[in-house]
Order: sequence, then C-alpha cells, then structure tokens
Amino acid sequence: MRYMITLRVNAQPDGPPPAELMEAIAKLGQEATESGVLLDTNGLAPSAEGARVELAGGRLTVTDGPFAEAKELISYALYQVRSKEEAVEWASRFLRLHRDMWPGWEGEADVLRLFGPEDFAPPGPPA
Amino acid sequence: MEAVWRIESARVIAGLARMVHDVGLAEELAQDALVQALEQWPRTGVPDNPGAWLTLAAKHRAIDLFRRRDVYERKLQEIGRDAEVRQESAEAELDDALDDHIGDDLLRLIFTACHPVLPPEGRLALTLRLLGGLTTQEIARAFLVPEPTVAQRIVRAKRTLAEKKIAIELPPPAELPTRLASLLEVIYLIFNEGYAATAGEDWIRPSLCEEAMRLGRVLAGLMPGEPEVHGLLALMEIQASRIPARTAPDGSPILLLDQDRARWDRLLVRRGLAALARAESLGSLGPYGLQAAIAACHARALTPQDTDWERIAALYRLLAHVAPSPVVELNRAVAVGMAYGPAKGLEIADALMQERTLRGYAHLPAVRADLLAKLGRAEEAAGEFERAAGLTRNARERTLFLDRAAALLRPPA
Repeated sequence: MRYMITLRVNAQPDGPPPAELMEAIAKLGQEATESGVLLDTNGLAPSAEGARVELAGGRLTVTDGPFAEAKELISYALYQVRSKEEAVEWASRFLRLHRDMWPGWEGEADVLRLFGPEDFAPPGPPA
Repeated sequence: MEAVWRIESARVIAGLARMVHDVGLAEELAQDALVQALEQWPRTGVPDNPGAWLTLAAKHRAIDLFRRRDVYERKLQEIGRDAEVRQESAEAELDDALDDHIGDDLLRLIFTACHPVLPPEGRLALTLRLLGGLTTQEIARAFLVPEPTVAQRIVRAKRTLAEKKIAIELPPPAELPTRLASLLEVIYLIFNEGYAATAGEDWIRPSLCEEAMRLGRVLAGLMPGEPEVHGLLALMEIQASRIPARTAPDGSPILLLDQDRARWDRLLVRRGLAALARAESLGSLGPYGLQAAIAACHARALTPQDTDWERIAALYRLLAHVAPSPVVELNRAVAVGMAYGPAKGLEIADALMQERTLRGYAHLPAVRADLLAKLGRAEEAAGEFERAAGLTRNARERTLFLDRAAALLRPPA
C-alpha cells in the first residue's frame, strides 16, 4: 500500500538548514530508495511562489502566496510499504534527524494512505 | 515494532549471516533479538538506530551461544572483540561500520537464498522469509499452500544450505550470469504469483507484486551495473502499472488493447521507463530488458492505435534470438500481423503448427483464427476459434472463443 507523507514546518531557526542535516536527509532518502520503499519525493518551494485557488459561496478566487498559515508545506514523499506503522517509522526517522541536527526546528509529518486497487476489489475471505 | 522488523530484518540477518556463516542460525539469532526488543523497547523506548540495536543484541546472543558450545574458540574471540569495540563506540560510528558491510551482506544473503542447489519452491520461501521479512503464515496464504508445507520448505532449504556447506558469499565472476539468472527468476516468479491472483482473492496474494518490485529495487541498488536487474525491474513496474485496468468489475480479465489506459498507474509507468533507460544505457538488453522494452511500447502509446507494432515486432525478433521459445515466436506472429498485415503474421504462426510443445496450447489456434478472420477467411477462422475453445481450461476464454466463432459463421445481416 502507498502512503503520502507531507512535511510541514511550524518553527524554524534563522538561516539555512545545517549542511550536516541535509547530508543526513540525503542519506536517509538513499536508504529508503535502496530499501525499495521510496517511490517519489521532492521539496516544495515557499508558498510565496505559489497560489491558492478557492471555491466558496459559489465563487472561484485565486490568491497568490504566501499563504496566511504559519505552517508551510515543505516537502512530500510517496512510500510503498506494507503497513501504516512502517510509513510512520520512516516519517519518524525523518523528524528525528531534524531533532538531532537542527535545534529549534519544529514541524509535523502527516502520514496518509492512498487508495489502491485493494479498495476497489470485492472483499476476500477472512484472513 | 513490527514495522521496524520489516524494515531492518533482512539487513540484520544478512550481517549476522556473515559472522556466523549459517543462514538458519542467523535468522534464529535475529528472531531472539526481536523478542528481546519486544520486552525492552516498551520500557526504554525505540532506540534511534533500531537496526544497529537488533544486530548488537543478536551478536551478544551469538557470543553466548558460542561460549556455551565452547567450540568456536577463535570465532568467539573475533566476534567478542568486534562486539566490545562496537559497544563502546558511539552509535553513529556503529552505524557507519554496519553500513560499510550492509550492501555486500544483503547481496550475499540474496544469492544464498536463491542458490541453485535449492528447489525453486525452497528458494521462493526462503527469499520471502529472509529478504521480505514475511512470516511462514503469510507466505502460506500468499501461495495458497498449507502453513506446515511452507515451514517444511524453509527448514529443508536451510538444512540443505548447511549440509552442502554452501558458503554465504558472492558468486565467483564465472558463475555470476547463471546465479544472477536464478535470482532474477525467483523475483519474477514471486511477481507472477501475485499478478496471477484475481480480484477478490486474499489481498496478500496481489501484494506479492509489491514485494517482488521492492526486492527488484533493492537489487537495483545493490547491483547498479547489471542491465538485466534494471530490465526485470522495468518489466515488473510496467506490468504492474496495468493492474488497475486489467479487471472488469465482474472480475473478468480485460485484454491489453481493450484496457482503459487512463487507469494505468502513470507513476509506475514512469519508473518502469526510467529503469528501462538505465538498462539500455548499460549495454545490450537481455530477455527481461527486451520484454520490458516491449511492455514500454504499449505503455508509451496513449491509444492502442498509437502502438509502435513495427518496433514490437523487431523486439520480439531480438527476444527470439536471445531466449528462443515457441511462445515468443507466437507473440512475434501477432506483432508482425499488426505491423505488416495479417498475411505476414499468419506465415509465422503457420510455421509453428509443427511445434510439439504448442500442441495443446489454445493460443496458437486463437492467434491463427484472429489472423484468418482479418484476411476474410471466416470459415477457417471459426474452425480455429472452436479448436482454441476446446483446448483452453479457462471458462471465460472458452466463452470468448466460441462467441467469436459464432459471430464469424453468422451470415452478414
């Protein structure tokens, strides 16, 4: 089954991320790729470069970024794993690197399952 | 906890196997370490590097075991020193030390689990158990066999490896091509077992496709210079991309050219094409790479009419050259028929009529029937469809063939 993990930042010290952290992130990404579970991942540019299209009260509005929320969505990763716990473990490893290498950084990762063929198949015999 | 096991078990077992020179023992030690973790982690929390923790715990058990046996004096010293040093070193260092070996260890373990000295079903079970972290029960459910049968296969496989003193090592260069072929065959068998599962079956069966693809990706990371490794991965990813489109709501199969291509999994297509490009960049394609290249022709075509049949026909010619088989030749007949007209295709199919191995094969008359129908030879075509219907064991296929025969014999309205 596939999980989308999105990462939001809540608080971030001034300055660029430590080189050490970027290295560790690259290494973790490589490990996940070589484990055959990471299908796709990318960082997201600040919302200042994006826009939001909204439907409310029957009206479409387009607003350029930055978005008002403090929490910026900064990256996504698509994993193919065998359980939610496995996806949670990869997300935890990612956040642990931030804890250990970038004091003051705070954020959250949402782990969400993608619908797959199993959701559309008729129910099988009880396991 | 289970998640950590899934992620780490293969590497832990692989590292231990290098130290104790016994796959079965390595797995037992790793299992023991897991039990220990199950007791401790709820109290102490999950360590930052769970894999290293499990390896270290298992190593301590190995030391205890050898101490008790009091026979492997030298080995004891080796491992003892190793473990003490590691215990003292920081976790990061330990991590690095393990990392240096992990790639090779895993590769050794895969080659050992897929050793030709084992029967195919033993290779499959051992690979899923050691590399996939699947339980015996899960493997049994996936392959629709009783659990004790799988347990026995695994025990026998481990015993065979021990009795025949199969060293846990990389194959020597001279043996690499055949050993690699055996390994890729195991992975593709796992994939096909999953691919053959029908909708509504226990979900663990189709998930074998994912497991096989995962193993293929692991292997691509371990042997990045082998074109066939990328070729097999490309083939599996492109085939798997069609899973959402190949079954009708009533469970009946939908043929490739009739599938709704919008339902193909574009991510898998993209990954498959990328893997194929890597295989092509490494030299000439082998049997898996060529099959992937054929699958890619379909994947690239947005509509069935866009299919590059000339290229497919050419690829089948190459495939027939590197891996000759009557079934490949029959597929070539179809492709040639599409590319250069039914008469050319029929020539190739007709030449296969003498082939003994195809005598009971329903698809030979079915392919001929289709080509004859396109040539306007309706009566002959109907006869071939009826022959195909008599040969197939698949009820849905039989209905399809008989329907087509009936339609050909019906006078035009």
